[in-house]
Amino acid sequence: MNIQNMILTLQKHWSDQGCLLMQAYDTEKGAGTMSPMTLLRSLGPEPWNVAYVEPSRRPADGRYGENPNRLYQHHQFQVIMKPSPDNIQELYLDSLRALGIDPDQHDIRFVEDNWENPTLGAAGLGWEVWLDGMEITQFTYFQQIGGLEARPVSAEITYGIERLASYIQDKENVFDLEWTNGVTVGDIFTQPEYEHSVYTFEESDEDMLFDLFTTYEKEAKRIMDKGLVFPAYDYVLKCSHTFNLLDAKGVISVTERTGYIGRVRNLAREIAKTYVEERERLGFPMLEKEAEHNE
Amino acid sequence: MSKTVLFELGVEELPARFIDDALRQLETKTAAWFKDARIPFGEVKGFATPRRLAVQITEVADKQPNLEEEAKGPAKKIALNEDGEWTKAAIGFSKGQGKDVEDIYFKEIKGTEYVHVTKFVEGEWTEKLLQGFHTVFLSLNFPKNMRWADYELRYVRPIRWITALFGDQVIPFEIGNVSTDRWTRGHRFLGEDIEILDAEQYEEALQKQFVLASVETRKQMIQKQLNDLQEEKGWNLIIDQDLLDEVTHLVEYPTAFSGSFNEEFLSLPEEALITSMKEHQRYFPVRSNEGELLPYFVGVRNGNDKHIDNVARGNEKVLKARLKDAQFFYEEDQKGTIDEKLAKLERMVYQEELGTLSDKVNRIVAISGKLAEWLQLNDQEKQLTKRAAEICKFDLVTQMVDEFTELQGVMGEKYARLFGEEEEVAVAINEHYMPRQANGELPSTTIGAIVSIADKLDTIVGSISIGIIPTGSQDPYGLRRQALGILQMLKEKGWNVSVEKLIELVHNFYDELNLPTRTQEEVSHDLHEFFKVRAAYLLKEDGIDPDVVEAVLVQGIGRYATTRDKAKVLVAKRSDASFKPVQEALGRAMNLAKKAEGTEVSKNLFENETEAKLYEVYQATTPDYHKALQENKPEEALAALSRLASPIHDFFDQTMVMAEDEQVKENRLSLLNAISQDVLTFADLTAIEWKQQF
Repeated sequence: MNIQNMILTLQKHWSDQGCLLMQAYDTEKGAGTMSPMTLLRSLGPEPWNVAYVEPSRRPADGRYGENPNRLYQHHQFQVIMKPSPDNIQELYLDSLRALGIDPDQHDIRFVEDNWENPTLGAAGLGWEVWLDGMEITQFTYFQQIGGLEARPVSAEITYGIERLASYIQDKENVFDLEWTNGVTVGDIFTQPEYEHSVYTFEESDEDMLFDLFTTYEKEAKRIMDKGLVFPAYDYVLKCSHTFNLLDAKGVISVTERTGYIGRVRNLAREIAKTYVEERERLGFPMLEKEAEHNE
Repeated sequence: MSKTVLFELGVEELPARFIDDALRQLETKTAAWFKDARIPFGEVKGFATPRRLAVQITEVADKQPNLEEEAKGPAKKIALNEDGEWTKAAIGFSKGQGKDVEDIYFKEIKGTEYVHVTKFVEGEWTEKLLQGFHTVFLSLNFPKNMRWADYELRYVRPIRWITALFGDQVIPFEIGNVSTDRWTRGHRFLGEDIEILDAEQYEEALQKQFVLASVETRKQMIQKQLNDLQEEKGWNLIIDQDLLDEVTHLVEYPTAFSGSFNEEFLSLPEEALITSMKEHQRYFPVRSNEGELLPYFVGVRNGNDKHIDNVARGNEKVLKARLKDAQFFYEEDQKGTIDEKLAKLERMVYQEELGTLSDKVNRIVAISGKLAEWLQLNDQEKQLTKRAAEICKFDLVTQMVDEFTELQGVMGEKYARLFGEEEEVAVAINEHYMPRQANGELPSTTIGAIVSIADKLDTIVGSISIGIIPTGSQDPYGLRRQALGILQMLKEKGWNVSVEKLIELVHNFYDELNLPTRTQEEVSHDLHEFFKVRAAYLLKEDGIDPDVVEAVLVQGIGRYATTRDKAKVLVAKRSDASFKPVQEALGRAMNLAKKAEGTEVSKNLFENETEAKLYEVYQATTPDYHKALQENKPEEALAALSRLASPIHDFFDQTMVMAEDEQVKENRLSLLNAISQDVLTFADLTAIEWKQQF
């Protein structure tokens, strides 16, 4: 199964479970969790079920397109179900069956792995899912987001698309994976991987990036004070990516590093709080929808 | 009529590391619950898999035994009026107990007669009592709990079903949103949901659904499969008990399988291969009977042997990718120089308030240097110590250690050799992490031990300076283990360095480095206390009784090896009859000495011969005593002190210490105090409970 069909299969599967199919969010980010579709929507009492592919940038993992397993940008398939359904594990296993992975022919296990992202004040409990010894999915019940207790709890399922594909397609090098008939990951991503690595490690303008961080941070704070949560959160994402670029370049000293992470964390906490307040002010509209639907 | 009871809590996969303890708790708390509920029962047997915690109780009676209970009522004089008739109080009491006044009898309690009745309490039906058993599951303690969906309950993992049977009857209760039933679930992929008809059939019924509920059964099955593989292939598996336990807790139905990897990977350091297999993949590595590592591994699948080749191939692929990564890291790490790697330490945080790893290394170098000086190492050894300290953390920036954290030090040693460092330096890099766990192996070399002590002291002093002090079960940085490690090394090497001197040395470094700390006095007090408690712990582990421990630690730890020897000597003396006069004499002197103000003695103020004699003996013995202590010969030191015993006895026989003349009195107290101060440098003999028998 090529990657394109994998994505279509997962979309179909989770769409059938009542998930909204969303598209990747258009701001750079390190993980699907950071999309507002997860980070903000998993806050507060409103139900929320969503699935989307998220291209995730990790500048420090850039390897000029030469390493068979590491990428500047990889893809995650992200599912959020709030509140977590009682049969969420079964729904997940069915998605593997849909991908042609018959559990009877493999060894599938849920191995304890607790997730934590201090930058976002987020933490959860769950597992990594092993397929014949390989980690293919991160499965988490959110307990805290942006420093706030997650109530109700969302289940987050994050598939590493390239990882899973390399198993399904039996390939050792991520660049050999077939995206669709006759087109490989290498065809599409070798050049951007190389160029982003050159940019990240050699060519990025540090002074500009430092300025941008401060500018984005200031803007985030300014508009948050006006209750504009979503635009403010976009600027937090920009801060985070800018920080990742600076960090990968190795120009952030130790003391500064802690300081920068703290600054992003404070913004994320502030935004989480404001988001819930704003939704409350709007009367938690998705709760009403659900009530109508149930009638 | 007695029946078997079964409770099974079905959950999403439990963390393997929680299971053993949860099972123990479940068994203990179940037995306690039945005893408390006064329900007679036979045996309690616990079961646990990743998806269930269960307990079966045999021979459970269907009723509590009936009780004859004596109830006490009002005093006789209140129960009977002047005419000897029952009062309202007595009638009310007997009615309240479901009895009649005719049932009343009197019983004397502390000289007063009271009204009593014996009442019969009928036993409650077990069936009803069992509905309260949910409290046992809710009382289990887990290191981490969670919430799920929109429920209030916090538990280790989401609860999905509860099976509760008294014989063939379902026991109704709920936990959270889940109600009990006779249904349970089989193996996730091989089994089906089934009804348990009778609590007795639990284990057997599940086995048909590919679930071996008993931990012991699964473990034995894995062990047997591993043994069969060893015999069949002529292998020697590295079977670590912890790994065997973990694997047992990761599967409901185990099937062992073997796989192989390319021989070229055998050129990687063995530790990296073993870590990849054991820690990351939970495989058992394979050696030949000659002890050589072979390019094979054994894993345990959660399922039966259908399609097992497919599973083995998949696992081979994963291991290959990991080893390829390791090989890449190993080659990359050998590029560049050690100095380049050290430079990167400047960017790695050690502890936010305590600076970078580079800062830490600088402190380790300084502390090691001082230690080398105190231990009078020669110039060459000092040079090697300095180098070992300088590069002891360089491997932390290697990709190999980044990937396999547990190989810190191990890789450092290997890379140091490849980079052409001296053998002693390479070994010390690995040894400076020792002991790696409680009572683990200690550094074999002097340099390894010096750097190890320096590193650990720095960690402890630094942490305590910024207020990280272990409390209860909380010791995230392993400070206690590290302090014990320091004491164990000092003991084993027998170095002539006092613990207090070490603490002050390192604490002063922090002072000079001007790190943010609490007040110096606070920190110093905490440090000394922290080490003293560790020393006391270690002495008690060594079989020294608490009172002797307290006695020898009265003036601090000092040179730990000597302190321990002193304690050993005192433990022997406490039941040695010939020592009795000595301890009595010294003890008496010490008790009176507490009234003294100084230790200045003037011969001119002596009024009798026994005073002069005692002073003379004191002056003659004190140099011998201190010399023996200096040379770490506690037995000889104590022998020197013993020479004071008889003059002290004579002194007390002939002398009124509390003389009317203030000057004479002070002089006598000072003499006793001088002696007392000497004894205290050995131990506080007055703190010991002497046990000689006469």
